[in-house]
Amino acid sequence: MEVERPSIDVRPDLPWLTIVWNDPVNLMSYVTYVFQTVFGYSREKAEKLMLDVDRKGKAVVSSGTREEMERDVQILHSYGLWATLQQDS
Amino acid sequence: MSSGFKRGHEGSVITVFDAAEVSILRSLVSQILGLIEPGETGDDPLERALGIGPSEQSADPVLARLFPSAYEDVDQSAEFRRYTEATLRDGKRADAQTMLDSAEPGRVELTPEQAQAWMRALNDVRLALGIRLEVTEEVYDELAGMSEDDPRYPAYVIYDWLTYLQDTLVRALW
Repeated sequence: MEVERPSIDVRPDLPWLTIVWNDPVNLMSYVTYVFQTVFGYSREKAEKLMLDVDRKGKAVVSSGTREEMERDVQILHSYGLWATLQQDS
Repeated sequence: MSSGFKRGHEGSVITVFDAAEVSILRSLVSQILGLIEPGETGDDPLERALGIGPSEQSADPVLARLFPSAYEDVDQSAEFRRYTEATLRDGKRADAQTMLDSAEPGRVELTPEQAQAWMRALNDVRLALGIRLEVTEEVYDELAGMSEDDPRYPAYVIYDWLTYLQDTLVRALW
């Protein structure tokens, strides 16, 4: 059943993005491990994303429907990563 | 301090703790359990049954970091929090309880499931301690140059040890 959203789905054609933000506590090894475990990414891809987070301050780690990205954000929060979602612009 | 985690048999991990280390771990993880209330604490029985939790971000910086806002928009963030925070709290409490129950002096062998719980619980403990100490990415260099008389020194040493412990655990599970 579709739940009607009250807010800003004005561009339904654009995908939603999950973003992970840099923080001084989370370990590089742990963040890489979480990306591999949660998304099934290769070690190389997970490491590249982790380095993007570390050097650029944030990285888009997955994209899809709003519901899928909400699920990803919730899982990342369970691992203690600082994750948010937003629609692509 | 202990030599960290090593890979065991069939996905298990092994380490050795002394009594002082166990005391520190149990104390820190108990603080997490004290800080994070069980998920289903709402007043409304229907909301409790549905696992619907609070909608506002905590004013406590540690809780705000453990349960961050998912959206930039305040209303969307509140909506997301109402439907996710109760479950997240219960998960973090379960991880912390697993760590509390299995932290013992001497040889400790964790099953793969226990090891996953420890990895997340150690991260939560480090996040909590890191926020209380206001650490930056330079924390390890700071410690290296810090006098043992510095009042922050004991807490920084513990933070550094927890970092080492979590890092060896991740690498033992990889």
